[in-house]
Amino acid sequence: MKLDAKIPSGPIEQAWDKARFDMKLVNPANKRKHTVLVIGSGLAGASAAASMGELGYNVRCFCFQDSPRRAHSIAAQGGINAAKNYQNDGDSIYRLFYDTVKGGDFRSREANVYRLAQNSLNIIDQCVAQGVPFAREYGGALTNRSFGGAQVSRTFYARGQTGQQLLLGAYQALERQVQAGTVTMFPRTEMLDLIVIDGQARGIVTRNLVTGELNVHIGDAVVLASGGYGNVYYLSTNAKGSNVTASWRAHKRGALFANPCFTQIHPTCIPVSGDYQSKLTLMSESLRNDGRIWVPKQKGDKRRPDQIPADERDYYLERRYPSFGNLVPRDVASRNAKHVCDEGRGVGETGLGVYLDFSDAIQRLGEHVIRERYGNLFDMYQRITDEDPYKVPMRIYPAIHYTMGGLWVDYYLQSTIPGLFVAGEANFSDHGANRLGASALMQGLSDGYFIIPYTVGNYIATSKLDKVDDSHPAVQQVVSEVQQGITSLLSIKGKRTVDSFHRELGKIMWDECGMSRTAQGLEKAIGQIRQLREEFWQNVTVPGSGDDLNQSLEKAGRVADFLELGELMCIDARDRNESCGGHFREESQTADGEAQRDDENYSYVAAWGYTGPDSAPALSKEPLEFKYVYRSQRSYK
Amino acid sequence: MKLTLKIWRQKNRDEKGRFFTYPVENVNPEMSMLECLDVLNESLIERGEEPVAFEHDCREGICGSCGFMINGVAHGPQSATTACQLTMRHFKDGQELTIEPWRAAAFPLIKDLVVDRRALDRIIQAGGYISVSTGNAPDGNNIPVGKDIADRAMDAAACIGCGACVAACPNASAALFTGAKISHLGILPQGKPEQDRRALSMVAQMNTEPFGSCTNIGECTAACPKEIPLEVIATMNRDYRGATCRKRDDLVQVVAPVTGWSSSSKS
Repeated sequence: MKLDAKIPSGPIEQAWDKARFDMKLVNPANKRKHTVLVIGSGLAGASAAASMGELGYNVRCFCFQDSPRRAHSIAAQGGINAAKNYQNDGDSIYRLFYDTVKGGDFRSREANVYRLAQNSLNIIDQCVAQGVPFAREYGGALTNRSFGGAQVSRTFYARGQTGQQLLLGAYQALERQVQAGTVTMFPRTEMLDLIVIDGQARGIVTRNLVTGELNVHIGDAVVLASGGYGNVYYLSTNAKGSNVTASWRAHKRGALFANPCFTQIHPTCIPVSGDYQSKLTLMSESLRNDGRIWVPKQKGDKRRPDQIPADERDYYLERRYPSFGNLVPRDVASRNAKHVCDEGRGVGETGLGVYLDFSDAIQRLGEHVIRERYGNLFDMYQRITDEDPYKVPMRIYPAIHYTMGGLWVDYYLQSTIPGLFVAGEANFSDHGANRLGASALMQGLSDGYFIIPYTVGNYIATSKLDKVDDSHPAVQQVVSEVQQGITSLLSIKGKRTVDSFHRELGKIMWDECGMSRTAQGLEKAIGQIRQLREEFWQNVTVPGSGDDLNQSLEKAGRVADFLELGELMCIDARDRNESCGGHFREESQTADGEAQRDDENYSYVAAWGYTGPDSAPALSKEPLEFKYVYRSQRSYK
Repeated sequence: MKLTLKIWRQKNRDEKGRFFTYPVENVNPEMSMLECLDVLNESLIERGEEPVAFEHDCREGICGSCGFMINGVAHGPQSATTACQLTMRHFKDGQELTIEPWRAAAFPLIKDLVVDRRALDRIIQAGGYISVSTGNAPDGNNIPVGKDIADRAMDAAACIGCGACVAACPNASAALFTGAKISHLGILPQGKPEQDRRALSMVAQMNTEPFGSCTNIGECTAACPKEIPLEVIATMNRDYRGATCRKRDDLVQVVAPVTGWSSSSKS
């Protein structure tokens, strides 16, 4: 398939202005006649639904949780970037654009990233006006903190709960529209399929998670803002409910899936402590400002950390990257932690952990300073591990955190199915192969507040949308397929629980498609996943019925999709025989073990088309051009 | 360690529920309360029984999905901790834990430990926002907000909407929840213009839902995993009284509580 990103011609600084001017508008009086379906109520979904409601569209917004305020955007800790240059330290739209393209290891689309940097200014203004209590200076001005991958201070934050506050801002704007009658909210409702009629996305089939009813919602456009797919690894920092089902089922209806193997592994999470573990907890990146990362020099050293003298410790990041030290980007820090643990020098009972030690900082600055900076994080660590990080070094290990890949979209955030738009983590476009800290919140809100409301309007104004109702044969076809899927999951009545399959899939993905990947390992993983999928459909057990709240059934449907997505991720990772950002192929590294990009052969977006359950996915390539940012090998030595 | 879990099971709102007793072995002290339920559920499924339905999502104490009564205390014995972050080391080997859902008329039961908290969303709908449509915001630094003001707003804004305050209150009042939002927005200069209508509308909606009244007992703030201070209720009362006296605004709208889930019963 030929992919047209529809990037406006002319200078990048004017591209978005030009695009907005060229877009057709919907007459204000006609907007309420058009229905827009928004799936997901996180930063992207809630902001898009609220903004389109304000414009006067008839919006229906869906979330599987009991309230739109639960969406996983709420868990983001650190902050949100914006090129405000309030600190007068030389920041600009261009610099944020540059840092993001470079941080993404030159695998994102320049024009999209530029627009993201432009919109970052409006996002902060909008959120402040909504009452988001950003951190302030004593004099009343907004304050900033520094984050990885940038040399300016441009991150706005609300304590360690920035995501929560931004989401509540969007949620409140959404609830205001619910009251105004422009948005109808459907909580505890899961999208199970996309209805495509005459090549256009015209509706969705949902399941009411309380009553089990399947419902059809017809609309003029569908906006998917259903988040990322990190839970394919079972253990991740994602919420337990985060899933790929909405995106995946749209993919099976014709939307291409781009760069599925681009996943972000966050270096500072609390290590796994046992088989029962259900999720991993992130400790903010900001800790690396004052914590020093080390492991014992000797393999299998079981001494307590305070009994290991300084000259028997290996501060490996400081040793290997003298200029960036402990503040190397996430992908580099994660890979190095894995490396020392693979050598047998990991700490803790499982040997999968490294120390993040604050003793030097406490000695230098005093415990009160460290408490002021990180008190809430230290408390959280202590609550979970029962260890006092003021006295004993923290133990950390990398964990899956974010997925840069997602459904392919053009500049207008429209997928390869006309009328299907994709926003936030669910799309692929802005972070390339590695996302910088504090950029996810920015992207979700940029898409939802400032892009989707325009581009969806343009689509509605320029498309011929015939009247469709529930009785359309294509609608009935999709409903019966969804019903069939549910019936078959319930009727297998095998011996293994859904979670046991999910755990096994997660382990395969983590071992072979995690922090470092090889062609051989990926090949093996593809075989294992196929086998596991086959077993799933013969031996899974889903108790209960489809007519009420059945959490096992919900999980089963999601895991079935992860079992298909996992294979595609491995295929994509195998196909991309280069290392870039979070994607590290062992075959492609420099002499000193750093990621080696191959621009000549892989400077493209890999967009995969679904061709059927047992046939190989079809690869389409969108070549990436870099006219503004000079491509260089990233180095943090 | 070994524990005995006495868990409330109820198929749906209309059928009667009762406690079931489950022994759970191999409880690891590092586990969270929810992971302990996971382990129990896995064994129930393997035996062909339906697992215990309970609400959960982020499992890091911020989404507000989880929560149930553990031995009569909302979110369990550890202060400032949600059920998902409560580790089993706080219990003794051989202990019996009684686990039951939030009990409040305003939170109709859905199944087992899962209740319907849409009443809280409706209180926000009534006025828990600042009316600023996308695009009409001034520069973020146009209105200075003193650090003390921003900090106090943040203290109130930390509410996760879990409903523990309602469950802990002998009257099942939602005053702490409602007061937290009224305080958060009313303290900030951006929220001042709508302060009166917000207080009147949100309180009116709260009173329309079957929540009880606040009698200043303070169980809510003791149970709150985010330690929302009791003074937010005083702020709510002050805003409400002020608005009532000023009579600047009589546009108070409430919506009728919806308790059904069937899609066909929806408008």
